[in-house]
Amino acid sequence: MAAPIKVFGPAMSTATARVLACLLESQLQFDLVPVDMSKGQHKKPEFLGIQPFGQVPAFQDEHISLFESRAICRYIVDKYTEKGKRGLLGMETLERASIEQWLEAESQSFNPPSSALVFQLAFAPRMKLKQDPNLIAQNEAKLSKVLDVYEQRLGDSRFLAGDEFTLADLSHLPNAQYLINATDRAALFTSRKNVNRWWEEISGRTSWKKVVEMQQTPLPSSSST
Amino acid sequence: MVVKLHGPGFAAGPRRVAVCLFEKEVEFELINVDLFSGEHKNPDFLQLQPFGLVPVIQDGDLTLFESRAILRYCSEKYTGQGTELHGKTIEERALVEQWLEVESHNFNAPALSLVFQLMYASKLGIPQNEEEIKSSEEKLNKVLDVYEERLSKSKYLGGDFFSLADLTHLPLIHYLVHDCGKESLVKSRQHVSLWWEDISSRPSWKKVLELK
Repeated sequence: MAAPIKVFGPAMSTATARVLACLLESQLQFDLVPVDMSKGQHKKPEFLGIQPFGQVPAFQDEHISLFESRAICRYIVDKYTEKGKRGLLGMETLERASIEQWLEAESQSFNPPSSALVFQLAFAPRMKLKQDPNLIAQNEAKLSKVLDVYEQRLGDSRFLAGDEFTLADLSHLPNAQYLINATDRAALFTSRKNVNRWWEEISGRTSWKKVVEMQQTPLPSSSST
Repeated sequence: MVVKLHGPGFAAGPRRVAVCLFEKEVEFELINVDLFSGEHKNPDFLQLQPFGLVPVIQDGDLTLFESRAILRYCSEKYTGQGTELHGKTIEERALVEQWLEVESHNFNAPALSLVFQLMYASKLGIPQNEEEIKSSEEKLNKVLDVYEERLSKSKYLGGDFFSLADLTHLPLIHYLVHDCGKESLVKSRQHVSLWWEDISSRPSWKKVLELK
């Protein structure tokens, strides 16, 4: 019987990986449906029908069709967290507020410069596109400032939103993974003591290791846990 | 206890939060932060908001930053009073979240860039970057084409009810239409135009425009 949850997108896409991490953390079964971006599949009518901006990932379960990785993650946690259990969005409004704050910090402050660097340093060479040294320098400077704030925060708190691993930490995994493992800029993270400690802990989680494995699998994979 | 909202009344982030507080009928005090003199980079302010950005709120013992996180918090905490802003079911909320994220990741950057170039560059003595203006406008047009399609099938972005997904757009579209001479972005699209008329004429938004 086919798993009711479907994710559309390549595992190597950072946004798709974000959703995969959330599903694996939540121990949910799902099918990963490949989208071949090198062939422009994400801009074809069939895909635009489920994601009108032509971006990956898209998500479907028996109740809903959704896009935007962080919205998908919030839905997964809201819908599938067992009653009474602490999920990735905490257990009540105040806890959730802190998680939402750091999720937005990731969205607004961490994501733009880290995404730009991932593209310039990890993907552009693979795609034989010319790198832009100005853009690299600008975004490295921005990301450094952001990580200084994280360094301070993570000196006071084990994880970004508090004592527990949450969606706020998870959301950082995909971009950080590339920067640390596929570029020569790992020191942005590893030279900051608290950020490095945090990175080691969150990237060492079984669910994230499984996502990395999926990213390294050359053929599109159907996955269940 | 009155909520404290830190930030200048003209800035997009504080306005985004203020309109939400008005919709939820939550009393608040607006505490100015003088961006032009660099108050947001002072140690006192950095204690509240370590990235040196506005807005930040204080609600009792809670200090919270990032306008869209504040929206979600207010909507949840003050559920049952004022306008319901995130739907009634998990699925309704998911669609609201989807379009909130669309605003964050597809709409915000090109809109902000256009507003900066057309409203602020000259005030700050920076020459306008024509290429940047053209590229941002192009991106925004593509995004608004998708909005037009969505709003031809759905009264509001998240569904048939006004929600955080619509509210979050108020500050930047207001600048684009009223201060940047980019009314055509909205007016040239029938459903986006109707939607804009609807959401921008809400009493809560009018109150925000009166804030000093």
